[in-house]
Amino acid sequence: MKASNSLWRERPLESPLPDLVREIEIYETEIELRKQGRMDEKLFAETRLRRGAYGQRYDNGQRWNGKETQILPFPSSSTDLTKGPNTVWDAPGMERIKVPFGGMNPEQLEVMAELAEEYADGIAHVTTRQDFQLHFVHIEDTPALMRRLAAVGITTREACGNSVRNVTACPFSGVCSTESFDVTPYAKGLAFFLLGHPDVQDFGRKFKVAFSGCKDEACGLVNMHDMGVIAAKRIVDGVEKRGFELYIGGGLGTVPHQAKLFTDFLPEEELLPTSQAISRVFAKLGEKKNRNRARIKFLIAQLGIEEFKRLVLEERATLPYDPRWTEYLAEIHATDETPLRPSQPLVDSPRTESFQRWYKTNILHQRQAGYVTATIALPLGDITADQLRSLADIARRFTKGTVRTTVDQNIVLRWVSEGDLPEVHAALEAIGLGAPGAGTIVDVTSCPGTDTCKLGISASRGLASELRQRLAEKSHTMDEAVQNLHIKVSGCFNSCGQHHLADLGFYGVSRHSGNYTVPHFQVVLGGDWTHNGGSYGLAVGAIPAKRIPIVVERLTGRYVAERQKSESFQAFIQRVGKAEIKNMMNDLTSIPSHDVDPTIYTDWGDSREFTIGDIGVGECAGEVVSHAEFGLAAAERKVFEAQLALDQNSYQQAGELAYASMLQAAKTLVEEQFYDVPNEPDRIVEEFRTRFYDTKLFWDQYAGGKFGHYFLRAHEKVNEPYTSDEAHRRVEEAQLVIEAAHACYGKLLAAKSTLNVLPGKSQ
Amino acid sequence: MNVQHINFKLFIEDPQSVNLAEYYAVFNTWIQQQVLDELLVDVADYLQVHHGPGMLLIGHEADYSLDNRAGRLGLLYNRKKQLEGTTQEKLAQAARATLTVAKLLEKEKGLQFNTREIQVLINDRLLVPNTTESFVALEPELRAFFDRFYGGTKYELSYKTDPRERFTVEIKAATRFDVETLLKTVSLETAHV
Ligand code: SF4
Repeated sequence: MKASNSLWRERPLESPLPDLVREIEIYETEIELRKQGRMDEKLFAETRLRRGAYGQRYDNGQRWNGKETQILPFPSSSTDLTKGPNTVWDAPGMERIKVPFGGMNPEQLEVMAELAEEYADGIAHVTTRQDFQLHFVHIEDTPALMRRLAAVGITTREACGNSVRNVTACPFSGVCSTESFDVTPYAKGLAFFLLGHPDVQDFGRKFKVAFSGCKDEACGLVNMHDMGVIAAKRIVDGVEKRGFELYIGGGLGTVPHQAKLFTDFLPEEELLPTSQAISRVFAKLGEKKNRNRARIKFLIAQLGIEEFKRLVLEERATLPYDPRWTEYLAEIHATDETPLRPSQPLVDSPRTESFQRWYKTNILHQRQAGYVTATIALPLGDITADQLRSLADIARRFTKGTVRTTVDQNIVLRWVSEGDLPEVHAALEAIGLGAPGAGTIVDVTSCPGTDTCKLGISASRGLASELRQRLAEKSHTMDEAVQNLHIKVSGCFNSCGQHHLADLGFYGVSRHSGNYTVPHFQVVLGGDWTHNGGSYGLAVGAIPAKRIPIVVERLTGRYVAERQKSESFQAFIQRVGKAEIKNMMNDLTSIPSHDVDPTIYTDWGDSREFTIGDIGVGECAGEVVSHAEFGLAAAERKVFEAQLALDQNSYQQAGELAYASMLQAAKTLVEEQFYDVPNEPDRIVEEFRTRFYDTKLFWDQYAGGKFGHYFLRAHEKVNEPYTSDEAHRRVEEAQLVIEAAHACYGKLLAAKSTLNVLPGKSQ
Repeated sequence: MNVQHINFKLFIEDPQSVNLAEYYAVFNTWIQQQVLDELLVDVADYLQVHHGPGMLLIGHEADYSLDNRAGRLGLLYNRKKQLEGTTQEKLAQAARATLTVAKLLEKEKGLQFNTREIQVLINDRLLVPNTTESFVALEPELRAFFDRFYGGTKYELSYKTDPRERFTVEIKAATRFDVETLLKTVSLETAHV
């Protein structure tokens, strides 16, 4: 834990997103409440997940060391302090950092470098959803880390947990020749509109949104998202209008679903309100108890897209107006980019072989003549702090700092003048980032797998690294058709490595042999990366992990040998057939005894004998915590802050915070009956009085209406100054009001469940 | 100045001969046997990254890595947990921890360390920013420590200002000492301060 954490707290923080500063203070108070045992571990788990602070393998304080499961005696183990169920406080964790549409600038790259060095292991990792992740981070360092990110306009809010995750978009938006229009401002607008929005706080599971500028390319992967948005134009009354083809309910995971068309044209001004209405319907009707069926794809499968659409449109019609729905459209060009240098052609002079190879695979010509994008292929999505700083320099030297992360774990430099490419390549080569092969078979994508993920079964990164190395050695002599294939690896069936979309996909499984467990990968063939992830591959059998390179060799070899004209890999797999593919791999499935080949009982990049005993409980879904539980926790946090103010003799502040905590508790209860209650104290009090006080719902069995009365009186006196005595009294009363609110919420829940079990009654 | 999170790097002789992949097993065995007087947690492998942290042994109090930053392979000690005491005591602690692991690596894998050259880095930009003021404030502490560390042998202490980098000092001594001798010196040192 860093000695400077308290100094970061005391430093004035200027952020382009001022709300984030308060949000970090709230989180810090929650950390304190948890340390004092005043916040339940499940609630704390969900609250930290919603700040991107995610669990990491072995954070239950146990690790398989190859011989036995070893207890890791962290200092906090002796106090039973946890970050969530079965999650040791002191155990290192992962911090996910949201990067909407993958957009970064040099200052942000530099801060990422600092954070990787000071709080993590020196590496920043680009994920398959354009986020950054830092590993081995202590929970108590996370507020300082968040403050430093907030200073450059980055948030970790809702990067994990049951909320709207990072909004992704094609990294070529705005410069691509096939797009209808630049989706960047819309992706940004939606990301910040939904960030922390009350209507996205009560989901049963996560919700992922992706934007694409066109339908046919792969970059946006719209079809595999909970909500996919494709730019579209239409002539309305003789005027060209911007809008979107909207898809809902796609997703990979254990059971992949292709998204369903919601509408073929959603006018741009309807994007935000319709998304809000979709969020409300998902929050209201989505599954909450069974996490395995809680994604929106299951709700749509259950209702059918037409019924779902009807409910959304009904919700849309009654939404209270929000000026933010269209305000951002007035600044639609604020995210436009321009070049730093004049466009110049590439001078025809002799080039090194490495430049030519890089140029062929990593360069894409922009729509704007004379400019190109240069893709930097990151090995397994990893980049060092030094490389991040140098990359920031390169971005400043050749562009106006226009950088984006990609869903295949790379970074794209945009607006490079083509004439500058030899210099750009030399600068990238000098920092080890000039490798060719971006987007080819060498550029293997992988989720974290058993390296750090609690759910990992097999070492996806280990396999990806091995394949990458082997393929890179022979990539320039490979047949072009093979070069253009994609390999994606996931550590388990949860598909974070997006294996369903690859030509050759692999996901981790295990098989038993005698008394041993053997790491395997299920082979998934023929996914369609193009057409926004147009179709998913099919599993053809599990092979021991150590033999997967042979599988790749055999399949690609046969493809080259038997390919008909310009037959795609998907078509080839279809033609050859699953049975024959299985035949090709039959000999690879048998497992030699441990004495004959002990290496098959270990995984890639891991010397330990394999086990699945390390698999923990995933936090992908987080804890399902209701909207009301969050509201009541916020009330408790405010009363805690009131107590801190009392300790500092700040009576006025203490009194105000105590009142605010009661108001928050009352609002939470009112929202259970009247979700859209306006955020106006008088109105909240009026609703509370009629719904809870007059009806005696809020009354205590013994104390009667006393606690409700405390609140109503506090509201009457809200404009009077607080003396020391009054502030003390108000804080004590607030504590009792919040307790009563918890009890009242319990009564509401009990009443709801009684209704649910009565036959013939609906909610 | 509250000096915390000291990093100490000892460079490895003949780095080309080192196969870093072998060190996953070495570090894992160390976790298995908890060979150090501190909690060892996990191994992280970044061999695929250019000039990166190489192979890391993640601990609770500190991380140890066979680090290849700037293309210079060495054993890096990164103190994460805060320490009480004087700056001299904290420097001695970092040196002792690094040399203890260096000695283990010499014994188990035959690694050789170039003890003439050492890098000291403070992994906290807010506590010790990379400024001339920090250098001026810390130089006497560093000199006092390395005078004793190298037993009075001549050495040079240099520092580069780059506001983006962490505060880093390079120490170059005229004579090479073996790890065992330095460890003895620094152990006595720890006992004395
Ligand atoms: S696919 Fe499985 S192993 Fe990989 S990150 Fe997702 S949950 Fe973890």
